[in-house]
Amino acid sequence: MAEWTPKPPRPAPASSVGLGAWARRNLFATPGDVALTVLGSIFIIWLGNMLLDWALINASFSGDDRTACLKPEQGACWPFIDAKLGQFIYGRYPEAEIWRVNLVFLFGFAGLVPMLVPSAPLKSFNIAFLLGLYPVFTFIMLTGGLFGLPRVETTDWGGLLVTLVVAVTGIAASLPLGIVLALGRRSRLPVIRYLCIGFIEVFRGVPLITVLFMASVMLPLFLPDGVNFDKLMRCLIGVALFSSAYMAEVVRGGLQAIPKGQYEAAAALGLGYWKTTRLIVLPQALKLVIPGIVNTFIGLFKDTTLVLIVGLFDLLGIVQFHFTDASWATPETHITGYVFAGVVFWSFCFAMSRYSIFMENRLSTGR
Amino acid sequence: MKMLSFQFRVVIVLVCACAFSQSAAAAETLSIVKKREHVQCGVSQGLPGFSNPDDKGNWVGMDVDICRAVAAAVFGDSKKVKFTPLSAKERFTALQSGEVDMLARNTTWSMHRDTALGVDFTGVNYYDGQGFMVRKDLGITSSLELDGASLCTNLGTTTELNAADYFRTNNMEYEIVAFEKADEAVAAYNTGRCDAYTTDQSALYAQRLKLTEPSAHVVLPEIISKEPLGPVVRQGDDQWSDIVRWAHFAMVNAEELGVTSKNVDRMKAAKNPSIRRLLGVDGTFGENMGIGNDWAYHIIRTVGNYSETFERNVGKSTPLGISRGVNALWTQGGLQYAPPVR
Repeated sequence: MAEWTPKPPRPAPASSVGLGAWARRNLFATPGDVALTVLGSIFIIWLGNMLLDWALINASFSGDDRTACLKPEQGACWPFIDAKLGQFIYGRYPEAEIWRVNLVFLFGFAGLVPMLVPSAPLKSFNIAFLLGLYPVFTFIMLTGGLFGLPRVETTDWGGLLVTLVVAVTGIAASLPLGIVLALGRRSRLPVIRYLCIGFIEVFRGVPLITVLFMASVMLPLFLPDGVNFDKLMRCLIGVALFSSAYMAEVVRGGLQAIPKGQYEAAAALGLGYWKTTRLIVLPQALKLVIPGIVNTFIGLFKDTTLVLIVGLFDLLGIVQFHFTDASWATPETHITGYVFAGVVFWSFCFAMSRYSIFMENRLSTGR
Repeated sequence: MKMLSFQFRVVIVLVCACAFSQSAAAAETLSIVKKREHVQCGVSQGLPGFSNPDDKGNWVGMDVDICRAVAAAVFGDSKKVKFTPLSAKERFTALQSGEVDMLARNTTWSMHRDTALGVDFTGVNYYDGQGFMVRKDLGITSSLELDGASLCTNLGTTTELNAADYFRTNNMEYEIVAFEKADEAVAAYNTGRCDAYTTDQSALYAQRLKLTEPSAHVVLPEIISKEPLGPVVRQGDDQWSDIVRWAHFAMVNAEELGVTSKNVDRMKAAKNPSIRRLLGVDGTFGENMGIGNDWAYHIIRTVGNYSETFERNVGKSTPLGISRGVNALWTQGGLQYAPPVR
């Protein structure tokens, strides 16, 4: 007697698998859906077509001045970006010294990538390099004046260099400062608590422009003659303090989400305040607020454009600054410039955002 | 440049009041500059033809040239100058606090600024004023023919008021179409939303380059408001103020005497006593200001005379294409006039 074998399962009906079924289910299920799909596709095609026309088909790709971008129906004026790219990245950093900036970028990249990849080895060395050696190295390389490197005034820095210096300093300083402030705000010691509350509320209560303006314009009036901080340094301090106040509130949100039982369990195990905070509370709290932290980072990255108000040229500032070069003034110049700046900012922010999602997924094991 | 709000004026005045005590101590700018080995000059954050970057990121423009001229007068080297880009809001405080030695930032000389802010204007390196731009095919050659026109302009500036006054004085009908930003106003004019665009003339020439077809538009010759732009120094340092003032006068005098950057070395041997005094061959005019007697020679050699800086930065051969107009020498019907070196 033949052994009984179950019939192989029949494939799903053709009407419920494949691209056609997916489209029917998601795009053409009801007359309303059909209308939306058609309208949506028309809009996307129209927009894509327009972008393509502007960015590629009608665009100019080579030329030495504005005459390259003056044809009728002119699209993007890419030669403008090409001619000014060095300016957009390095500002007025002396040409002979640009290798120093490149070296700093390279080392930063080399230090950051293994830091971000969880499986890369030697994390503790990596952290020591990024937080200890790298800032010192960057400072010496960029400002010079030591080891025979010619001095480069910060007023000559500009473009992406300034954007990254301000953003990275703000990001690196705001997280530890913010954690300290958040813990301080929940402290049982009244002096510490009120100091932290005062600091946070003052810096959250005024716009960043005010902080920068005070730091750059008013401060020198109150300082005695001859005492003068570097303008970029004043901005960096202002941005770091400002963003740490925001970070403190984000971290405090995480701290408040930790159930009381966790503290009691830690106390039952005989852990003191610092050990409880370091081993039990902070790892959970920070994991909870990763989206908030990255949100603050992204906000800070974009806020760096405000340093223009005190006469520092960040990426957007220097792009706008070069609109005033009459030899490149065309109807398309500023649109092209803004699109370029927008794409650069978007790439950085998008990268941060994707990394944050990756970290959330990695850390949420067991949830 | 014209949009100072009331609150901000109050702040400036207060700041200046605090700073007055310092401005006395900040006299002797020349010795500070000499010790520092460069002139620190406040310029705009980018204005075509006055202070803007070239492809290499170097500062160029008429305001920039005044700064270079001062550096050339003091050090004999027009490169010994550093530029601080300043926003309209921070320019006077930056000057007061000693962050910059002088301002050359397309700043309009007005009585309020000259008398109330603790600063001094040293002269006028560009006579600007509000003008009109129209399409060529309208066939208009004078702004007096603008009866019934609609004007694109910026919201809430003195530009709007000047235009209103001008049209009312001349019994003409008009309609103002005001926009928040200059770019919007230009875009509206470009699409034909209004017949004319009005703002300061130097800006009209710069904005014209952003139109689809710049050559189809013309800037009308009339100027309906006075916007004399000039360098500014701190009040109370007459020596420094003299140097900045005469740096400009030297360039105007050089043009009048026919001295250019190309022929200046030959001109040193000229017989004309005016040229000899200007170039420091005769007399001790530089010494009286605390600088070298060949101060003007260095200005003309490295920066050029007034005509050269005008033509190089804003003149007919540049994309801006501004004609000399009221900025011609007094001998040619303009307003540029310098006292003699004597």
